[in-house]
Amino acid sequence: MIGADAMVKCLEAEGVKSVFGYPGVAICPFYNSILQSDIRTILIRTEQNAAHAASGLSRVSGKVGVCAVTSGPGATNVITGIATAFADSIPLICITGQVNSELLGSDVFQEADITGAVESFVKYSYLVKNAEDIPRILKEAFHIATTGRKGPVLIDVPLDIQNAKIKNFVYPEEVFMRTYKPTVKGHIVQIKKVAKELERAKKPLICAGGGVLLSDAGGELRSFAEKYRVPVVSTMMGIGAMPTEHPMYFGMVGNNGKLCANRAMNESDLLIMIGARVADRAVNQPDIITTNKVLVHIDVDSAEIGKNALPSIPIVGDAKCIFQDFMEQEITCEDHEEWIGTLNDYKKNIFRKRNPNPAYVDPAEFIRKLSLKMQKDGIYVADVGQNQIWSCAYHIVREGRFMTSGGMGTMGYSIPAAMGAKLACPEKQVIAVCGDGSFQMSMMELATMRQHNIPVKIIVLKNNYLGMVREFQHYNYQDHYSVVDLSGSPDLEKLVSAYDMKFIRLENMEKADEALDAFLEKDESVLMECIIDPMDLVS
Amino acid sequence: MKRIYSVLVENRSGVLCKVAGLFSRRCFNIDSLAVGETDSPDTSVMTIVSSGDERTIEQIEKQLNKKLDVIKVKTFSESQSISRELMLIKVKYNKGNRREILETCDVMKANIIDMSKNTMMIQICDDPEKVKLFISMMASVSIVEMARTGTLALQKCMEADG
Repeated sequence: MIGADAMVKCLEAEGVKSVFGYPGVAICPFYNSILQSDIRTILIRTEQNAAHAASGLSRVSGKVGVCAVTSGPGATNVITGIATAFADSIPLICITGQVNSELLGSDVFQEADITGAVESFVKYSYLVKNAEDIPRILKEAFHIATTGRKGPVLIDVPLDIQNAKIKNFVYPEEVFMRTYKPTVKGHIVQIKKVAKELERAKKPLICAGGGVLLSDAGGELRSFAEKYRVPVVSTMMGIGAMPTEHPMYFGMVGNNGKLCANRAMNESDLLIMIGARVADRAVNQPDIITTNKVLVHIDVDSAEIGKNALPSIPIVGDAKCIFQDFMEQEITCEDHEEWIGTLNDYKKNIFRKRNPNPAYVDPAEFIRKLSLKMQKDGIYVADVGQNQIWSCAYHIVREGRFMTSGGMGTMGYSIPAAMGAKLACPEKQVIAVCGDGSFQMSMMELATMRQHNIPVKIIVLKNNYLGMVREFQHYNYQDHYSVVDLSGSPDLEKLVSAYDMKFIRLENMEKADEALDAFLEKDESVLMECIIDPMDLVS
Repeated sequence: MKRIYSVLVENRSGVLCKVAGLFSRRCFNIDSLAVGETDSPDTSVMTIVSSGDERTIEQIEKQLNKKLDVIKVKTFSESQSISRELMLIKVKYNKGNRREILETCDVMKANIIDMSKNTMMIQICDDPEKVKLFISMMASVSIVEMARTGTLALQKCMEADG
C-alpha cells in the first residue's frame, strides 16, 4: 500500500461518497488510487468550484464535502472556495497535491506554499511529511472540520509521500489532540440565568444565525419558540432555521433585512443571539442591541462572544445542546401576547413597497411563486448580488433548505454549491438562483452537470448589469455607472443548447405560472432566464 | 493597556508564523515576542507583550486559544509578573569616556563581555524598563549595534499560587 491508497482508505472509512476536483501531476497518485474505490469522482471545471460543491454537499448532508486538487495553480485557485466555507463555518476537507518533499522551497514548477497561503482561511492545515502519518492526519482533519465551530481543513500531500510505501494501515478510532477540545455543552449556571431573564422579560426575541442550522437545531429552535412563545428573527445564514411562514418567525434582520425584524431587535427587552456572529451586515450598530435590553449571546466559538457586542449573559456551546438544556428548565413565563401582537402589526404594516414594472419579470413575485411551486423540501441556493437580497426577502422556506454565501459574498457560489447539494440529496429538487453576473462566474460548470448527470435547475435573473454594484452607484455616486454593464454576455439560449440543456425564457409575469411548471416538471437540468428591469432596486 | 501573554505551543514548524500571522491579520500589536523551547522538547513558550483596549486584550487571548497549535495561554499584567530582557550592545569608546561607561555599567549592573581597542560589548539583563534606560545612557556614547531578546516573563510565584 502507498500513501495515496491510504488517503483513499481514510476517505472510505469516513463514509465519503464523492470527491470534487481537478487532477494534475502532483495529485495523480491519489486519483490513480481512487479508481480502486467506489468513491465517485467529479471533474469540476475550475478548482474554486470544487470547494463550493463540497460546501454545498456539507451543508445539506451534515457530512463533510471533500475536494482534491493539484499543486500550484490548482491549490491557489481553490483558496476562494475555502475562504467562502471558512466565512460561513462550513466543514470541508481540501486535499492538495504538492511537489516532492525534497524540492519544497526551491520554487520548482507548480510549487505553491499553500499551507502558508490559506492560513487565515482554514481552521487548520497539514503539510504531510511522513506517509505513516496519513491515517492520523485524516482522522484529525475530519474531526476538526466537523466539531466545535466547523470549518475547512487543508491537507497538503507531496508527491513522494503519496507514492511512499506504508507498512501497516490502521485507521485510528479516536483522536488525541491535547490542544483541541471544543466546548459543546453550555454552562448550566448561565442557562439558568437566561431562564430567569425569560421569566422576567416582556419582549423576548431570539435571533438565530447559521450556527443553528450547522448544529441541526432547527427543530429545537421551533419547539423552544412555540413552548415559551418567543418570537424569532434570523440572520441571512439563519434563514430556514424556522419555516418562513411560521407564526413565530418575523424575517431576516440587517441592512437588507425585513423592517419588522429590525424593529423587533431594537424593541426587544431580552435578545437571545444564538449561532450568530453579530457581524456588520446583520447588526449594523452593535450598541443598539446592548442598550435597554438584556443581551444573551450563545455561540460555540467563545471568540465571537464579546467581539462585536458585549453580552450580559455569554454562553459558549453548541446550539442544539443548549436548546435541549433550556427545554429541561422549568420556566414559567407569560405568553407574550402583547409583544407578538405588536410584531404582527409591524409585519403587516411596515415593509418596503415595490412598484414592479409590468414590462419585466418582477423578481419578488417570481421568487414567491417559485418557492410555492417548488417541492416543499427542495433546496434553494441563492447566489450573490441583488438576486441574493431578493431571494432572502421573498423566498418562502417550507421544509427545505436555503443556502447562500453569507459571510464572504462569493459570486458564482450557487451553481457549484447546488451541484454538491444535488449529489448529496439526489431525490430533492435543487435550484440555483443567480444573476447574469454571478452565472457567468461559474457557467463552465454546465459541462460538469452534463458529464456527471447532476440535474440542477438554474434561474438567471438577467438585467445585463452587475445589479448590486449598479444600485450602490445609483445611491452613492449619483448614477455614475462604472464597469457594471454586462454587454457582450452570451445568448443564454444558444449557450444552453450548446450543452444540450433545456432552456426557458420568461419576459414578464404573464406566463410565469406555465413557465415555472415547465421548469419544475421533470428532474432534469433546465436553465430559465428571467428578464428583469435593469433599473430595479432591492431597497 | 499592556498585557503579557505566555503562550505554550506545540514545538512544530510553522507555529510561530501562525501566531504572528494572527496578530497582523487582526491588527493586534506585538510590542515584543520571544520564543524558546521548554523542558519538554515538543513544546515551546512564546512570550508576547501586546497592548490595546480591554476588548482587544480579551480578543487576543480568545483568538490565541482558538489556534489548534496553542496548548495554553496565560495572560497577566506587568505588575503580576517578573519580566526580564537580555541585551547585548556594542559601543565605541575612547580614553575620554571609558571611565564613564564603566561607571554606568557598574551602576546598572551591566557587564563588559568583549572588547577591542576602540569598541566594547556590554551585556545587560534586567527588566525591560532598565534595559531601555541603559540604551538611552549609551546613546550619548555612540552605539555601534545591539541585539535584544525581547521580554521574557513569568507570573509571580505568589500570583500563580492564588
